Amino acid sequence: MDLDLLTSFLASAVRVATPLLLAALGETVTERGGVINLGVEGAMLGGALAAALGASGSGLWSGAVAATLAGLVVAAVFAVITVRAGADQIITGTAMTLGVVGLTGTIYRRVYGPEGVGLSLPTFPVQAVPGLSRIPVLGPALFQQSILTYLAYLAVPLVWWLLFRTRWGLQLRAAGESARDSRAAGVNVGRVRTVGVLVGGALAGLAGASLVLAQVGTFAEKMTAGRGFIAIAIVVLGAWNPVRVMGAALFFGAAMALQFLFQSFALGIPYQLFLMLPYLLTLAVLAGAWGRTTAPADLGRSEM
Amino acid sequence: MLPVLELRGIRKRFGQVEALAGVDFTLNQGEIHALLGENGAGKSTLMKVAFGLVEPDAGGVAIGGTAIRLGDPAAARRLGVGMVHQHFTSIPAFTVAENVALTAGWRLRPRQALERVRRLGKDTGLLIDPTLLVSDLSAGLKQRLEVLKALAADARILLLDEPTSVLSPPDAEALLRGVQEFRARGVATVLITHKLREAVAIADRVTVLRRGRVVHTGPVRDETAERLAGYMLGEPMSGEPPRRPSAGPSTGEVRVRAEGLAVERLGGSGTGLRSASLSVRSGEVVGVAAVEGNGQRELLRAIAGLTRPASGRLEAARPSGFIPEDRSTEALIGEFTLTENLVLSQGSSAPWIRGPWVDWERAERRTADLIESFAVRASGPGAPAASLSGGNQQRMVIAATLERRPAVLVAENPTRGLDFRAAGEVMDRLRAAATDGVAVVVHLSDLDELLAVADRIVVLADGVLLDVPPDASRDEIGRRMLGATAG
Amino acid sequence: MSRAGIIRLWLPALAVGAGILTLMLGLAAGGYDPLLALAALWRGALGSPDAILSALLPRAIPLIIIGLGIGLAFRAGALNIGAEGQFYAGAIAATWVGVSLSAWPRLVAVPVVLAASLAAGLLWASVPVLLRLRFGVLEVISTLLLNFVAEALVSWMVQGPLQESKHIYPQSDPLPLAARLPQLPGTRLHLGLVVALGLAGLLWVFGTRTLLGFQLRATGANPLAARVMGGVNTRRVFGLALAVSGALAGLAGGCEVSGTSFALFQSLSPGYGFTAIAVALLARLNPLATIGTGLLFAALEAGSSAMQREAQVPAVVVSVVEAVIIIAVLLADSAQRRRLLAEAGT
Repeated sequence: MDLDLLTSFLASAVRVATPLLLAALGETVTERGGVINLGVEGAMLGGALAAALGASGSGLWSGAVAATLAGLVVAAVFAVITVRAGADQIITGTAMTLGVVGLTGTIYRRVYGPEGVGLSLPTFPVQAVPGLSRIPVLGPALFQQSILTYLAYLAVPLVWWLLFRTRWGLQLRAAGESARDSRAAGVNVGRVRTVGVLVGGALAGLAGASLVLAQVGTFAEKMTAGRGFIAIAIVVLGAWNPVRVMGAALFFGAAMALQFLFQSFALGIPYQLFLMLPYLLTLAVLAGAWGRTTAPADLGRSEM
Repeated sequence: MLPVLELRGIRKRFGQVEALAGVDFTLNQGEIHALLGENGAGKSTLMKVAFGLVEPDAGGVAIGGTAIRLGDPAAARRLGVGMVHQHFTSIPAFTVAENVALTAGWRLRPRQALERVRRLGKDTGLLIDPTLLVSDLSAGLKQRLEVLKALAADARILLLDEPTSVLSPPDAEALLRGVQEFRARGVATVLITHKLREAVAIADRVTVLRRGRVVHTGPVRDETAERLAGYMLGEPMSGEPPRRPSAGPSTGEVRVRAEGLAVERLGGSGTGLRSASLSVRSGEVVGVAAVEGNGQRELLRAIAGLTRPASGRLEAARPSGFIPEDRSTEALIGEFTLTENLVLSQGSSAPWIRGPWVDWERAERRTADLIESFAVRASGPGAPAASLSGGNQQRMVIAATLERRPAVLVAENPTRGLDFRAAGEVMDRLRAAATDGVAVVVHLSDLDELLAVADRIVVLADGVLLDVPPDASRDEIGRRMLGATAG
Repeated sequence: MSRAGIIRLWLPALAVGAGILTLMLGLAAGGYDPLLALAALWRGALGSPDAILSALLPRAIPLIIIGLGIGLAFRAGALNIGAEGQFYAGAIAATWVGVSLSAWPRLVAVPVVLAASLAAGLLWASVPVLLRLRFGVLEVISTLLLNFVAEALVSWMVQGPLQESKHIYPQSDPLPLAARLPQLPGTRLHLGLVVALGLAGLLWVFGTRTLLGFQLRATGANPLAARVMGGVNTRRVFGLALAVSGALAGLAGGCEVSGTSFALFQSLSPGYGFTAIAVALLARLNPLATIGTGLLFAALEAGSSAMQREAQVPAVVVSVVEAVIIIAVLLADSAQRRRLLAEAGT
């Protein structure tokens, strides 16, 4: 395989991985607090639409900010229903995603007319990092990306610092291990978990922005296509650790980018097989990983 | 002598049971105050009131002379009260330092937190390697950590709830020495314990609770272990013989045989079962006397076939019937009706099962019969199990268990949470089952009840089963349970 | 009537009311005419015999069948969110088998087609069962992810092995008459309705009159007590429930292909697998009530296309209504649970 092809494959892998990474980092924070948010898919989709609306109105950064806010709103609703009111986390998350699909579809058609007119949006330009981008193969792959990808890189140490070097992070992780024991230690479990959910939503919204404004360049209904759920699998694979989550996200980005690679080979393999690959890979990895990694002990339990 | 902690007129009722019936308690500055009593005497509840974990029905709490808001642990914590519970509250996946930092609310970098924990350990004599994961700690170290956490939060008043109950003798001594050193630093401590020796060894003053009332309070140097045991155990209940007249050794076939049985600890605390050799015959009721956490849960569940032994031999006849202590979560499904619960408990060999079909009408009729013969107060077989009172739920559970015609019946504290009359009925049922030939093994936390129902008593102390001579007095049995006599 | 009884009766109505109210408010906020939309919704679902027979009932069939399956799974504590994929698996199998049965007598061909779809759904669901029982992977995630795999599979089928002989559009050949479910002449209603109603009755009998059905319910209500007190093999019950729910979703796919669309193509399902979750939850997992809630949601779906035509409200907004209904039911459940805990005391 010639080097140019490899480089462009890796570059697209990183580009495709960016929304996965952002959403997975957010979900890592949420789940470290003991809450599993299946609404992350909805938060991402909501963010994607908000990004499209914001960008077509007031430019790229408005789109990114709007997306983060949209993700925050979806997460806030989820937090109120599950953390505050104690409803079942899993079905609520599924319902939230369902509702956001309907909401975004409705708003999209309202604004852009019925039956999906092809929307063309500005995208974040690729910006090369001086020096680093000249490293052979890896240089262009990692350091000739959009600024949102660089933001994602920065988010990794930031989330790590948040979880392992701050008092809030300690309280959040305690709440995720044992709500009962954290309470005995004086932690306000509800408040800490809510903030964790909100952080997750904000990052998921930003992930939606990166999907629209740094990868695809348009909005289509249901465009997230399960990326939020893949993000949840990435969190498991990354053992709820931000650095390993990054590795897992790149892995899945590569799996998703494979379809572009093989299209240039015209091997006669139907492209749908490559569509299926990330999901099947996710399942295989989960089967291998789930037993062996330890989740936050109180994950998913809505009542103590 | 300034009182640093005062409780006045505390009353608390849990359902039918009156846990505290007007209790006064005073802790003076710089003293070690032992709070003695048997299981269920109310000691834990009283201190939980002091710490704000339980809100009393009546009465008040004052710390350092100021009355505080009841039911608010944060308020108690702010005023320098720290409580160390019987059950560990540290997070197993975290390190020692992280747990201390969490409880004490430190804002430190990990390395600084480690240093601070080391320093604290040296100051207090509670040395633990701060880098260790809590899940890797022994019970003794876990308990030490609990105390360390409280002190790290600058507690001036320590409430220790049975701190040595899961410790080996050397660990327990180390802890008690530590408590004495705290006194030197000006910390006042309440030591809840059932172990007389500890109280006599280190406490300045002692208060004895029995059935929710204070029966004695005063300086320790005026008392002996004998006298304290007397206060704790009290006089035998008036009018009733303290022991069942024994009909001689039972002659039925052996239904349960255990030799050197050991079972790993179930749940987070307690000693587990270390060694038990026992046989139970058809027609006899064997009473297991033990303070909570000494292995009776493990012994009973192993006999009932719910948990596997770690070592030793166990043979038990089947079918077995098991009455769990926590009836609302393990024995009954609250949202199901009484009929449904009965059907669940009897499985596929019941008379109302024909092939795959359930004859609900027949099951309901049987349920109605049982409700009547067991005097269960319920609106009918269609009542959800959760709607019944504790006593009636227990009647239902017993009915369902006996319906299986078990060869061995194991009952785990079946009178818990029941009033006097309901408890008496339960005991009658157990006796009746024995008369019918069932081999009954029962643990009751109330020693008097146990003496009234059992033919034979065995004692579990520190996970070891001790036989008791048939003519042993109530006091002697009590002492063995409390570890007051050697062997 | 006891407080719990009142809530049981009124909850579905309140939940639906909450959903409709949200819809009205949302539409008004979005600049649509809520009353016009509501009227169109009504007309599209119940406005005429044609609407009922050709718009409402044909949509009710898959919703009821899938809803029954999801209800069964949820009752056992298995969270099947993959009914959409299982539906497609059944549709693929039904098409594959159906297009080659043109020479068979209809009386044999149709059951064979339906049986194939049942088997396909069962197989599709057995993967999550295996992953859960053997590897501990939460069925929520595995069933969800398999939805996407199924959709990709359909895409491949209709552009490849199952594509129509003319090779123009991404759809299968039309199903031969022999493989089609009989229709009510002049309408789009087909015999699948009888299947749906029959299944509802069957599952009701199963749940209320058989020991296994009862043990399944116990497993979902309190697996610990079911195991300790009842000696139930909760793992087997769980796996069975999840597998059967997949089979039913697959059957729904087969009925849809054999009775309504007569061909396979992408977007065959307008989200039946997810709407059916709302159907099951609103029916409180009761098979007979599922008929009612299936009809209700079918009305919503049928009305939504009329709403789009006449009031220009995008049909997809119905998902929001469904989400609100699900959440309303969940909140009521949680409130009830908290009240029970508080009353139980220590």
